[in-house]
Amino acid sequence: MSYIAKPNVSHPKAPKNELGLTERDYEGVVSTLCAGCGHDSVTAAIIQAVFELGIEPYKMCKISGIGCSSKTPAYFASQSHGFNSVHGRMPSVTTGANAANSALTYIGVSGDGDSLSIGMGQFAHVIRRNLDMCYVIENNGVYGLTKGQYSATADVGTVGKKGPANKQMPIDPVSTAIGLGATYIARGFSGAKEQLVPLIKGAIMHKGFALLDVISPCVTFNDHEGSTKSYAHTREHYHRVIKTDFVRPSEEIVAAYEAGDTMPIKLHDGSKIVFRRVDKDYDPTSRAAAFSYLRDSVNAGEIITGLLYIDEETGDMHDLSGSVSEPLSKIPYEELNPGADQLASLMDQYR
Amino acid sequence: MSKVNDVVIKVATVNGTGSASANGLLMKSIFRMGIPVVGKNFFPSNIQGLPTWYEVRVTGDGHQSRADRIDVMIAMNAQTYERDMAEVTPGGWLIYDSTWPRSKLLDRKDITVLGIPLSRMCNERFDGVRARILMKNIAYVGAIAALLDIDLDVIKTLLEQTFASKKHLVASNLEAIMLGYNYAQEQFDCPLPPRLEAMDKTKGHIIVDGNTAAGLGCVYAGATVGAWYPITPSTSVMDAYKSFCKQYRMDEETDGKKFCIIQAEDELAAIGVVLGASWNGARAFTPTSGPGISLMSEFIGFAYYAELPAVIFDIQRTGPSTGMPTRTQQCDLMSCAYASHGDTKHVLLFPANPEECFYMAVNAFDLADRLQTPVMVLSDIDIGMNDWMCPDLKWDENYQPDRGKVLNAEQIESMEKFYRYLDVDGDGIPYRTLPGEHPKGAFFTRGSGHNKYGGYTEDSHEYQEVVDRLLVKWETARKIVPEPEIAYSKFNKTAIVSLGSCDGAVKEALSILEEKNIGLNYCRIKAFPFGDAVRDFIDQHDEIYVVEQNRDAQLRSLLMLDAGIPQTKIQPMLHYNGMPLDASFVVDSVLAEIAKGRAA
Ligand SMILES: Cc1ncc(C[n+]2csc(CCOP(=O)(O)OP(=O)(O)O)c2C)c(N)n1
Ligand code: SF4
Ligand SMILES: [Mg+2]
Repeated sequence: MSYIAKPNVSHPKAPKNELGLTERDYEGVVSTLCAGCGHDSVTAAIIQAVFELGIEPYKMCKISGIGCSSKTPAYFASQSHGFNSVHGRMPSVTTGANAANSALTYIGVSGDGDSLSIGMGQFAHVIRRNLDMCYVIENNGVYGLTKGQYSATADVGTVGKKGPANKQMPIDPVSTAIGLGATYIARGFSGAKEQLVPLIKGAIMHKGFALLDVISPCVTFNDHEGSTKSYAHTREHYHRVIKTDFVRPSEEIVAAYEAGDTMPIKLHDGSKIVFRRVDKDYDPTSRAAAFSYLRDSVNAGEIITGLLYIDEETGDMHDLSGSVSEPLSKIPYEELNPGADQLASLMDQYR
Repeated sequence: MSKVNDVVIKVATVNGTGSASANGLLMKSIFRMGIPVVGKNFFPSNIQGLPTWYEVRVTGDGHQSRADRIDVMIAMNAQTYERDMAEVTPGGWLIYDSTWPRSKLLDRKDITVLGIPLSRMCNERFDGVRARILMKNIAYVGAIAALLDIDLDVIKTLLEQTFASKKHLVASNLEAIMLGYNYAQEQFDCPLPPRLEAMDKTKGHIIVDGNTAAGLGCVYAGATVGAWYPITPSTSVMDAYKSFCKQYRMDEETDGKKFCIIQAEDELAAIGVVLGASWNGARAFTPTSGPGISLMSEFIGFAYYAELPAVIFDIQRTGPSTGMPTRTQQCDLMSCAYASHGDTKHVLLFPANPEECFYMAVNAFDLADRLQTPVMVLSDIDIGMNDWMCPDLKWDENYQPDRGKVLNAEQIESMEKFYRYLDVDGDGIPYRTLPGEHPKGAFFTRGSGHNKYGGYTEDSHEYQEVVDRLLVKWETARKIVPEPEIAYSKFNKTAIVSLGSCDGAVKEALSILEEKNIGLNYCRIKAFPFGDAVRDFIDQHDEIYVVEQNRDAQLRSLLMLDAGIPQTKIQPMLHYNGMPLDASFVVDSVLAEIAKGRAA
């Protein structure tokens, strides 16, 4: 067989989560991506996040499109159901999956090409539905899998490996998502795991659409000098506007947060996201403020990271359409079928 | 022409003027007199202001198709007056609104022209522009009632039922009816020779369109997720599903919906939603038309290869590209049968009327679940949007959905290890698990190369093993799809093979030919792939006429490709002008073929 299964033995003293599982239990098959690819670091952060959240692997679905990034669901949570769909269409598959069963956790993994070129339409519309999912874009500014063409997130002036500098305006997934009404919007960097993990946790626990734009350098096609999505460039221009911690309902918020600088926001399940502001004026609950802050930072050449916007009030797709709370796929057939008598009396309306 | 209960009435109006309710009233009144009736709507791709026609065929013999003649034309549209007049069959009648004089140039000696001042009478009686226009349409129903001897009591009862909640409308509508009725009674020799007489042939029947029946079928099949992007003529499938769900699927306590309808951003998303939902255990469907099938193709191929159930309704319309979106055709057979790149082929069902739309909708879900593959129901505008008389739809309380080989938690628990694509039973259908069911049930669904264990592969042998197994499944499909409807006239070696909405016209043609001592056998195909019964039938004959509604003989091509029928044995008979098929086309084509044979 040409795929590699990892031996599933873990150290007896490896830490266990509340389900008694170790981090190993959340791993997948061995990655076949290039050594040093940012996407592998994102995979590692997802593994840590879902392990720490104690999500039952089989109650989680991993859905993706096509690209190096979209391959990664195979590399984590092999005990979860995966759906590697077609290019740019992960949002619709996730919409259907969630429509059928709202009780599971949905992690969508996509790339900048997958979401912002071929999949721009689906990306926009899944946001409008406020689908309850964690949507990760592993953003490297290029199409990795087709060997390094510029993607829609390539910055003006960035220089590709082969060709002249890019002249077209980039699409920024974060400001696009703010404009489209996403209810949880964050940006991270594959090279900053300690920041990324809580952002992923919050995105998973947020009820509604959570976008996580992760700058994830492509070492093979976009990590050279002149690229604005390289490790070096990202490290240099990376700015944490907000430090974010994720706190489970069972945990107490430790007093280390100083009043005025911290801002806890309660999620639907009782867990909390605690913001620590680096910039005192930043308000992550104001869409307008987040948008203008982002604009300014783009002009200043800064890569703003952290949880940039959150709205815990707007209902998700099922709330908006008024579904019953029971997952639709679990409703017994007898309850779905109106029966012979109803049909017989319905016939009179057609005479 | 003095037949009883055999008349074709055509009404020419302008769309957006409320003529649909007048025509519905006419149809139903005749139906309630116990006389079989067929209604065909010819409408423009436009919302208001363009010509539209409605054809009512009163057929005491119970034919299902349209007739190629017009006995009584109701010419309400000045714009089309000339062509409407030209269309009347010699010996027929034309009724027009004589409020305004018509050109002396437009006249025919071989038909009877009757003028009724409909606008003037309605303008005198009713206030408001809108009411006057609406009532003018109701008034011609009154005139027809007098001319054809339609029972006024039946009309009255119908109006009372229709406007049960708006009583004042009953009186005004009835007044309009009487304006037309009385005028015709006073001025003309009523009834005309082609008159109606009450019968007893519509008991146990309904009048319904195929899209309504298909939407109802989805409810009865237990579908909970419907995704779509609006497109004529499939829109009313989702409209029907939605309104039946609101009637039958609301939770009594919480008023929550036991269904989820997603109006997607396009058809690519609609089918993606369906696949996500069915992967996750719901019965899901999408209604569309040809352009939507084109857009869905990549995902349809994915579903074929990754083996996901999906139900797709293609309400076919005329032509390539946008074509004539409000005209009918059977032009998507090939694009559906082999939708998507790579080696793919798909199960198709061909309903012939609304009744079959209902039952085949249910069957489509069973087949999709059983075979773990997309199943497409190919209806068309004629079936989907026209009014058909059908036997009452009935429900068998013993029906249980066939959800196919889905392992439950207990079964997964008892297994050493679950592998997604093994052919355990030898029928080519593997077992599947649903997310969230059991920790040991997880697998990875992918459209990339995979081996029988579900793992990624680029190994030639492993790849081929899976696609070869899909062929085993294809043979299983062949055995379980609906069997054709076969009728033998008498022993002979010539037959017609057809499908879908051709059925009514073909049957009528067969009876006409029978009268001319030409006996043909008939096989109406109900599904693709073709089962043994189709092949056996064709094998028994020397010559087969394949009647279908497209230019390129697509059913014939499928017969060659899938059933290996030699090209020389099957003669195409193609009708593709966008109008529903009528019997005379079939009769004329058969006679021409016979003449050719004799000459040869
Ligand atoms: C319909 C279709 N068109 C083109 C492709 C080829 N293709 C595969 S991946 C890809 C780009 C992926 O880029 P991105 O989403 O940024 O992922 P990355 O590889 O950079 O992680 C393209 C164009 C495809 N698979 N399907
Ligand atoms: S090509 Fe780039 S994106 Fe793809 S695996 Fe290699 S480094 Fe990662
Ligand atoms: Mg990329």
